[in-house]
Amino acid sequence: MPEEFEPKIIGFICKWCTYAAADLAGTSRLQYPPSFLPIRVMCSSRVDPLGVIKTFLEGADGVLIGGCHPGDCHYVQGNYYTRRRFVLLQAVFAGLGLEAERLQLSWISASEGVRFAQVVRDYARKIKNLGPNPTKREIFL
Amino acid sequence: MAKVWRMEKGVEEGMRELLRFLLRSHKVQGVISLLKLPDGGVAYALITDQATVQDAVPLYPLMPTNAATVLSRITLLGSPQEPLAAVLRPCELRAFVELVKRKQGSVENFLFISSTCGGVYPLKLAAQGRVKEADYWIAVRQGEIPAGIRPTCRGCNQFLPYNADITVKLAGNRELNKRCDLILNTEKGEEFLSGLEGEIHDEEAPGEEVKLLLQKRGEAKKELYEELKSEELGLSGLVDIFGRCLNCHACGNACPLCYCELCDFDSRDYEYDPSTYLAQLAERGGIKVPPNSLIYQLGRLTHMGISCVGCGMCTDVCPAAIPVGSIFYRVGEQVQARFDYVPGRDLAEDVPLTVFKEKEFQEVGR
Repeated sequence: MPEEFEPKIIGFICKWCTYAAADLAGTSRLQYPPSFLPIRVMCSSRVDPLGVIKTFLEGADGVLIGGCHPGDCHYVQGNYYTRRRFVLLQAVFAGLGLEAERLQLSWISASEGVRFAQVVRDYARKIKNLGPNPTKREIFL
Repeated sequence: MAKVWRMEKGVEEGMRELLRFLLRSHKVQGVISLLKLPDGGVAYALITDQATVQDAVPLYPLMPTNAATVLSRITLLGSPQEPLAAVLRPCELRAFVELVKRKQGSVENFLFISSTCGGVYPLKLAAQGRVKEADYWIAVRQGEIPAGIRPTCRGCNQFLPYNADITVKLAGNRELNKRCDLILNTEKGEEFLSGLEGEIHDEEAPGEEVKLLLQKRGEAKKELYEELKSEELGLSGLVDIFGRCLNCHACGNACPLCYCELCDFDSRDYEYDPSTYLAQLAERGGIKVPPNSLIYQLGRLTHMGISCVGCGMCTDVCPAAIPVGSIFYRVGEQVQARFDYVPGRDLAEDVPLTVFKEKEFQEVGR
């Protein structure tokens, strides 16, 4: 029997908000899929669109970028830049017919442990429905 | 209404006269223009000598290098001490403005002479000696799209230059071979021309002929996009197109906007170590070596797609005949539309990724 598909999701999450929310979710014993792989970054604006593309092409089923809510950035303005970069990234994906749904940007503050678990659960379900990332099978990338 | 300086001679000779005049009257120290090479090719050159101007072909329908690259090289450390004049195409000027925004050059002390451009031929055509100048000028005169020009030129509807001091009327100018009409867009342009032969008159600009050509180019652009269908490519379509990419990075090297001295993609960071290749074999059943041709294109799209002016240099230099330029033009335009941005329109407009507004894209992020 083939194993059930569990999407591998890479999360680039900011140290000050979303990562703290993940910690809170953990200490609060909240459940979320273990296939979510967090990578802590100092700010969501630290995430180069190129890194997201690389992650996507290397076969991640989903890429989640998490940062502080707009206006709450630890570095005051970082996440505003993130937002613009994400818009750019989505436009590039849409323009080439790539699956933009595999990319998500979420604002999760340090106190939102419950929300963090919920967002990851929802996102994982969505990606599960989408199926495995086709880049995994491509040879000529 | 626009002021137009009219010289009663053919546009090519008129342009040479203009360049000679600028040099003779010491209004500029030198002019940057295409120059005919002994072997029949053309190249951009900085000319300071009036006698050399007879070999200048400022309007020759070829773009051996994007002039933005040339100007950036000259002004990287600051503007020239003495004024220079540059004859360049609208997209080249736009690319230069984008470079200046990125601190890769300076527009100070320049007289920009551009044209209502008829497009340029692919470099390959020139290498084969198949550029038919006479046919080109007939088409331009009649306001038609010359056959065989670059795909992105065919669909270019931004052939009216932004930021030019002087615009040479080409597209749809029926009296090209008898008259040289120079539209004076700025006071600076007018000052530089004072003393030149010819007379000033007022006329409607852009004229009817430009509007007609705009329409034709718009249709050609639609055709180009329909043929391309880039938004339907998806991963498999992209792999089909870029699978034959040989990672030579010529597109990036020819691109006026890819200015980084050290490109990340030229590093070994995008190679795998041997064990990874073998591991990928087991996982995927095969892997292209060297890998990562697609990430190069996607990376370039996120890096400079926002400023892509669609000059088509990249398509021209691609040895694998990949329509890089058309894809960048199309996707670039979609990206630019999201930010309501026209690259090279205005030096005062910031590159969208370097600024933000607090209240915008509020639907993004959930």
